[in-house]
Amino acid sequence: MPPLTAYAAIVAARFRCLIQYRAAALGGLVTQVFFGVVRLTILAAFYAAAPAQASMPLPQATGYIWLGQATLLLIPWRADADVAEQVRSGAVAYELTRPLDLYAQWFARSLAWRTAPMLLRMLPMFAFAMGALAWLAPSWALAPPSAAALAAWLACFLGAVLVSSAVTTLLSVSLLWTLTADGVAILVSTCATIFGGLVIPLPLFPDWSQPLLRALPFAGMLDLPARVFTGGLAPSDAPWVLAHQLGWTVILVGLGRWLLARGLRRLVVQGG
Amino acid sequence: METEFLGPVGRALLGARPLLRGGLLDCATVHIVVEELVKTFRVAERAPGTLGALRGLVRRKERVHRALDGVSFTVSAGELVGYIGPNGAGKSTTIKILAGILVPDGGRVEIDGRVPWRQRVAHVARIGVVFGQRTQLWWDLPLIESLEMLRHIYRVPAPQFRVAFDELSALLELGPFLDTPVRQLSLGQRMRGDLAASLLHAPSILFLDEPTIGLDAVSKLAVRAFVKRQSRERGVTVLLTTHDLDDVEALCDRVIIIGDGAILSDGTLEELRRRVTPERWLTLELLGGAPDDVADPQARVIRREGDRVCLAFDPEEVSPAELIARLTRRHAVRDLLVEHPPIEAVIARMYGDAAGRGR
Repeated sequence: MPPLTAYAAIVAARFRCLIQYRAAALGGLVTQVFFGVVRLTILAAFYAAAPAQASMPLPQATGYIWLGQATLLLIPWRADADVAEQVRSGAVAYELTRPLDLYAQWFARSLAWRTAPMLLRMLPMFAFAMGALAWLAPSWALAPPSAAALAAWLACFLGAVLVSSAVTTLLSVSLLWTLTADGVAILVSTCATIFGGLVIPLPLFPDWSQPLLRALPFAGMLDLPARVFTGGLAPSDAPWVLAHQLGWTVILVGLGRWLLARGLRRLVVQGG
Repeated sequence: METEFLGPVGRALLGARPLLRGGLLDCATVHIVVEELVKTFRVAERAPGTLGALRGLVRRKERVHRALDGVSFTVSAGELVGYIGPNGAGKSTTIKILAGILVPDGGRVEIDGRVPWRQRVAHVARIGVVFGQRTQLWWDLPLIESLEMLRHIYRVPAPQFRVAFDELSALLELGPFLDTPVRQLSLGQRMRGDLAASLLHAPSILFLDEPTIGLDAVSKLAVRAFVKRQSRERGVTVLLTTHDLDDVEALCDRVIIIGDGAILSDGTLEELRRRVTPERWLTLELLGGAPDDVADPQARVIRREGDRVCLAFDPEEVSPAELIARLTRRHAVRDLLVEHPPIEAVIARMYGDAAGRGR
């Protein structure tokens, strides 16, 4: 196995490259804030009409929505465009002339791609939702977490990045069969949006569906970390969240490696 | 064995295959052994037109294309070998197999004791590869960062990297565009960057797949000079495919010609010429004469242009001195030149012969 520094270098280079897109970050920020406000309006109307607040108090739900908007880009919404281009043109075979593990290389790229654009939007978003809104419209603001909750959230956030990168890499691997991965990506991103709690916070789903929703990998991307941040889950629950995320990461990485090995066998037999 | 004294060329001309079997050549100096390499591809075929497309829905026809059909050769350490052939002859397929990115259907390859496709990562860590039509550099990164990245990937220690980098950067004159993203480099600059990238980890073997394709004359010369230098001064074993026969003439000690998946010839350029055609060319520049008159029973006129006339002759049949004496007696000659036919003519003839024999 080649040294980790090689993959770290790939992550760093990719990260540096991706944080250059200022206009995209600004546009994304504005859009995500706008939709955050829309979602909050709907949520407030829902809470005003239905007294069933038992599963999640309104301030927590408000925070949950802001967290979802801030970490929206964790959703694996499509396969790596550069990998897609390589697969389409056949250049992917040439990647094998580097003494690297191809899966690890793609995972490193996913890691940078899932984090760089998100961090660019997440930090100003927090500043807006926690700072500006607390002053302008306190009831719509994101309540600052306790120190313990913040630390627990940071750990779970890293776990979420791993799950999300593993799914992204899986989408890239699927390119070897689908060439565009568009269909698979739409399916996966739709599932992640609904089952990650971006449409309706997961705690507001019917009770019978809770065990299933919590078991899915999508909960580990957005829902569980957001609940840790907003206090829906205690900091002492963080180890369970992490175990959930790491377990899914292991499964998804294993699946991705297995599929890639099969795909490559076909590739090196039939040619680029 | 008694053919040992013939050297690689002689053995190749005698037909090197039997020698390889005994493992006699598997000594330290043999770098690359390729034996009876076979690679087939399946190509989907369909009849033309709508009807053909519809028929393809029901029944697929597949044709098996034998890209390599029993290719064998060996390359010794430090050799600079040209591997040439027309499009689709199997050049790139061979290089891809040797570089570990394609698995053959049959045959044996051993490079420094490694089987490329079985020990891919270990293998590619010790070779350098340049594909003229694809860059190995990262499109979005400045050249310098691509090279830095390769330092990590190939685990080159920093001091060693510094030395290699300084040397390559000076030789290939990378300085002016080190900070330019690779996507913005000209083809010549990119190729120089790719060459540097392939040698940073000081590999002992370099595979070059059409390294001069699309380059202008100046860049071609620079690439050739660089490759020659790497071969001569650092003893790098080079296997090079090309369409540009000037590359071969300028660089290669030995030429392997492949056509239709099989090796047609393997030897020095000289031997190739002698085998295919013994002809020499005599070009005369006449003093205000009429070149239309120039003719000789023992020579064949190839072309006339202006006051020049070019004749082909067989030196076995008539000695150059005799022919020149005869012609200068009859015509006022200002200048003359005896040369070998250009390698293009030789190889075109060879392909022609092979095609004629084949089917």
